[in-house]
Amino acid sequence: MVECVFGRRAMDPQNGDANNLDSKTTDAESGDAKLAEAKIVDADNLSPKVSQRRFRQMNRRELLKLTPVIALGAFAIPALREPLLKQGLRFSDWASGTLFRSGQLAPTFADSAVTPLEKFPVNDYDVDDPGVIFENWTLSVSGEVQKPGEYSLSQIQALPRIRQNTRHVCVEGWDVIGRFGGTRLSDFLNLIGADATARFITVSCADDYYESLDMATALHPQTLLCYEMYDQPLTREHGAPLRLNIPTKIGYKQAKYLTELKVTRVLDRVGYWEDQGYSWFYGL
Amino acid sequence: MSAAVIEIEGAKGKESVETARAAYEHPLPVRLCHWVNSVALFVLIGSGLQIFRAFPSFGAKIPQKDLLDWPKSLAIGGWLGGALQWHLTFMWIYIATGLVYLGYQIFSGNYRQVLFLPRDIPGVWPMAKHYFFFGAKPAAKEAYNSLQKHAYTTVFALGVLSVVTGLAIWKPVQFSWLAWLMGGFHWARVWHFAIMWAILLFVFGHLVMVILHGWNNFVSMLTGWKKDPEYDPR
Repeated sequence: MVECVFGRRAMDPQNGDANNLDSKTTDAESGDAKLAEAKIVDADNLSPKVSQRRFRQMNRRELLKLTPVIALGAFAIPALREPLLKQGLRFSDWASGTLFRSGQLAPTFADSAVTPLEKFPVNDYDVDDPGVIFENWTLSVSGEVQKPGEYSLSQIQALPRIRQNTRHVCVEGWDVIGRFGGTRLSDFLNLIGADATARFITVSCADDYYESLDMATALHPQTLLCYEMYDQPLTREHGAPLRLNIPTKIGYKQAKYLTELKVTRVLDRVGYWEDQGYSWFYGL
Repeated sequence: MSAAVIEIEGAKGKESVETARAAYEHPLPVRLCHWVNSVALFVLIGSGLQIFRAFPSFGAKIPQKDLLDWPKSLAIGGWLGGALQWHLTFMWIYIATGLVYLGYQIFSGNYRQVLFLPRDIPGVWPMAKHYFFFGAKPAAKEAYNSLQKHAYTTVFALGVLSVVTGLAIWKPVQFSWLAWLMGGFHWARVWHFAIMWAILLFVFGHLVMVILHGWNNFVSMLTGWKKDPEYDPR
């Protein structure tokens, strides 16, 4: 072992040939060590020699191998940028859909952790109060359902009532823990005889907002047709008389002031914010 | 280390014939990952700051106390939706280069020249002393000195953490355990933001070093070959 160390030392340029010879003589008694050393020194001499010209050529070739990096420049070309970013968003949505597990429940919180109602932000794309006349309000159901038609709030409230303290996450980055009450969307879909093999649910709202959901999320046990917040009927600015509460989705998917619900195989309208360039699936 | 070494023969300046040495320090996959990842990191930080602009706070929404007003000119995407498109596109490129890099380093054994190990600890302080307090420069023995290994290993770990914290923000329900590990959704956002600054600190130091060490060193990340390395590469 010691001999080997000497052999390696001999490779240092400072030591040079003289030391090399020196170490050879001191190790003369060990034939094996000599052999090993000779091999190392030989390997040393074999490090290939190239001309300046050849070295420059090698450098050029290695540099050219980096050309695939230039492909990223496509993002700098305005005509290509938009379709490329759309593809990126679509890929992220596909990944979101793949990561979504029906059995995975959003965390729920103790009543003491709930953000007070006055600190629950109101976000609209248009108006706080679209002026819904409650006496005339119905939810208009259409599409791939056995029982289409107009459904009243009391018909919806006759279904089992769920109360949950869940986190509401806004795409802007803030979040609040709210208390939501309503009926499971899956129970309502059952009531109207929705075809669960249809892929989408679309909703329209009194303020002309519109949204759509994948069927897996619609059937998730925490997805509610929400008519209560903080154990009180929904206030107008929070979407009275009926809104979506979906703890597994980002805030803008949770449409307020619902007026129409459609079960469909083809998505003819995606969503207001999605049409501005936001993600469609945006599952949390 | 295991880097290939060549001798370059030929005229050099006025000297008649001199041999120079060159070491192949950066294999092609490493160079590709380095440059693609640099672009991805640039886009992710720029778009991340635009996303942050939508709610530049780590507190409550009501009342909102802004942490800082980051200038729009130093952000990418123009608005929240645009920035999210950039972020959600380039995060895949960022993750892909990280995985290719990691896989290559492991399977090629090239990680040995860059991975910081306990035996590198004694070499860190002399190197830091050299850079920050003008101490004597420790002799170079291999492609990376202890401080470099420390920096490159740390920044890879920060890269992994940036992805993990990002995942906790993007998917706080599917990966609720991740968010929980970070102290909840709020803290995941704080960590993600803090890690970005830590990476930026590395980038700053890295660029200063690249400038200080000159063209020959810079070219090695383009061609792989470093001419006249300070250490004996054999």
